[in-house]
Amino acid sequence: MKKYILDLQVVEVSRPHERYVLLKLTDPNGPLPEMMPGQFAQLRVDGSATTFLRRPISIHYMDSTLNQIWFLVQIVGDGTRQLATLQPGDTLNVVLPLGNGFTMPHSVDDRILLVGGGVGCAPLLYMGKAMAEMGCRPTFLIGARTQKDLLQLDLFAQYGDVYVTTEDGSYGEKGFVTQHSLLTGSTKFTRISTCGPKPMMMAVARYAASTATPCEVSLENKMACGVGACLCCVEDTQHGHQCVCTDGPVFPIEELKW
Amino acid sequence: MVNPVMTASGTFGYGVEFQDFVDLSQVGGIIVKGTTLNPRQGNPYPRMAETAQGMLNCVGLQNKGVDHFCEHIYPTIKDLPTQVLVNVSGSSPDDYAECARRIAGLENIPAIELNISCPNVRQGGMAFGVTPEGAASVVKAVREVYPKTLIVKLSPNVTSIVDIAKAVEAEGADAVSLINTLMGMAIDAEKRKKLLSIGTGGLSGPCVKPVALRMVYQVAQAVQIPVIGLGGISCATDAIEFLLAGASAIEIGTANFLDPAISQKVAVGINEYLERHGIADVKDIIGALED
Ligand SMILES: Cc1cc2nc3c(=O)[nH]c(=O)nc-3n(C[C@H](O)[C@H](O)[C@H](O)COP(=O)(O)OP(=O)(O)OC[C@H]3O[C@@H](n4cnc5c(N)ncnc54)[C@H](O)[C@@H]3O)c2cc1C
Ligand SMILES: Cc1cc2nc3c(=O)[nH]c(=O)nc-3n(C[C@H](O)[C@H](O)[C@H](O)COP(=O)(O)O)c2cc1C
Ligand code: FES
Repeated sequence: MKKYILDLQVVEVSRPHERYVLLKLTDPNGPLPEMMPGQFAQLRVDGSATTFLRRPISIHYMDSTLNQIWFLVQIVGDGTRQLATLQPGDTLNVVLPLGNGFTMPHSVDDRILLVGGGVGCAPLLYMGKAMAEMGCRPTFLIGARTQKDLLQLDLFAQYGDVYVTTEDGSYGEKGFVTQHSLLTGSTKFTRISTCGPKPMMMAVARYAASTATPCEVSLENKMACGVGACLCCVEDTQHGHQCVCTDGPVFPIEELKW
Repeated sequence: MVNPVMTASGTFGYGVEFQDFVDLSQVGGIIVKGTTLNPRQGNPYPRMAETAQGMLNCVGLQNKGVDHFCEHIYPTIKDLPTQVLVNVSGSSPDDYAECARRIAGLENIPAIELNISCPNVRQGGMAFGVTPEGAASVVKAVREVYPKTLIVKLSPNVTSIVDIAKAVEAEGADAVSLINTLMGMAIDAEKRKKLLSIGTGGLSGPCVKPVALRMVYQVAQAVQIPVIGLGGISCATDAIEFLLAGASAIEIGTANFLDPAISQKVAVGINEYLERHGIADVKDIIGALED
């Protein structure tokens, strides 16, 4: 897939929660390129003295009719804090689309479970949309610490059934995603795609292995170039060191040494 | 070379990774990833730590070895519309020489750059690059088997880079390039942990530029062979500074990560500078510092 360096324009900025910012952007110079769910962009952070490299952020949502791309960013350090100061009309330089993306269903009958934890939910919204456009209805299983940390639930619900766990039980079932009753129910999934904190993804991977369900996870290794040139982002896999930015970020669990 | 701008080893992959961003015919040359005689896994993750105006890396020369390069990678890059050079590393003079010999047979690789300086290999590069004798021993071994253009890339982690430059010139190097990364370290104070898997790594990016510029200047004064300057170059003005300090060409490294199109932009920017100053040939600004 051809990659682009684009100066996007910020259309809307919202703070669904004090630790998250939702950025909606457009390309003022033409239609946004095609992108696949699970791919990411490298965002240039201007105006932060301590942020040198670009920041990899998943494509949260993309709408070619609106010509909009959305990023859902959790504020964890100086780079993301600076991104949260963007205002409508500002320019954000991005390199995209990068990485491989999630496996799309092979048929409309495939039952796909999308498991997201925290900001790891971000790429699953676009995945849901792309699946809906194919005529598939995914199942979302979303985990968060508290009700406040659940983002965009209404949007997920447009594309599929949404199940939720919170660690404090303030919404949905109490506990971790892998403790949700959905997983002990009768539904057999064709594939699980998951993105979130590593311990959560490892638990999901164990569940998938125990039920012989194909499973893929989206990794978040630290990156420099984002295009497979520097070999900084490697994951030690069954096939040796692989670049998360080009061979991933999505890997089938059997390739990992988890 | 269409212009004096090249891309630095380890920061531009095999060039193909950047073809969506850069018209390679508009950059002078690309120096592909460090290649060794035998395949190398490299160091464990994490291999990178961000620093003020720069980054540390301890990739550790991950590559599939010279035979894989010759059989599988060379055919895919030999017709790129620019000069393709290979960066060669090793852990003994014989390693370097054998690797160089195998690359010498590749028609479309006009030159190699010997990395006698990579600070990441625990008992490799460092040992050669830090003494004039060690550097000379590698160049001597390679010179015997490699008839094409031989560039030797120098380490800044030395007491006198000028002495090393003179030593490799005496053994028949055709050019020197400098600088490779500066040894550094990063620590996470909260977690009380080293940020790189092997503790230390090589520093690159704008923060190393003043050091690089000083070294290029000193070496250019001391040797007759061409000097290729690099270290922190992020824009055309940076590149011009290196040319003025005495470099005949420059390489762009870490800046490729921030702007994947930067190499071409620097080439354009150099031409704009020349036009603005009414200078006909870029050669006229090499070492052309005024008092
Ligand atoms: C392919 C990919 C997709 C991503 N998608 C998203 C997304 O959609 N939304 C989002 O909010 N974040 C996403 N991330 C993570 C995001 O890139 C980092 O949180 C961000 O780079 C942190 O930058 P900072 O300057 O704010 O923090 P820094 O100052 O760099 O770091 C602050 C703290 O966060 C930790 N941290 C930094 N980078 C990462 C990382 N990659 N993974 C885990 N911890 C990290 C650091 O160890 C440190 O403790 C993604 C990462 C990758 C690799
Ligand atoms: C991720 C990374 C990998 C590198 N790999 C190599 C290498 O394999 N061989 C080599 O000679 N130099 C290597 N270098 C050093 C660069 O080629 C260059 O000398 C150095 O980064 C300084 O230039 P810069 O500040 O423009 O990046 C590497 C640098 C980086 C950042
Ligand atoms: S971030 Fe450079 S290779 Fe993946």
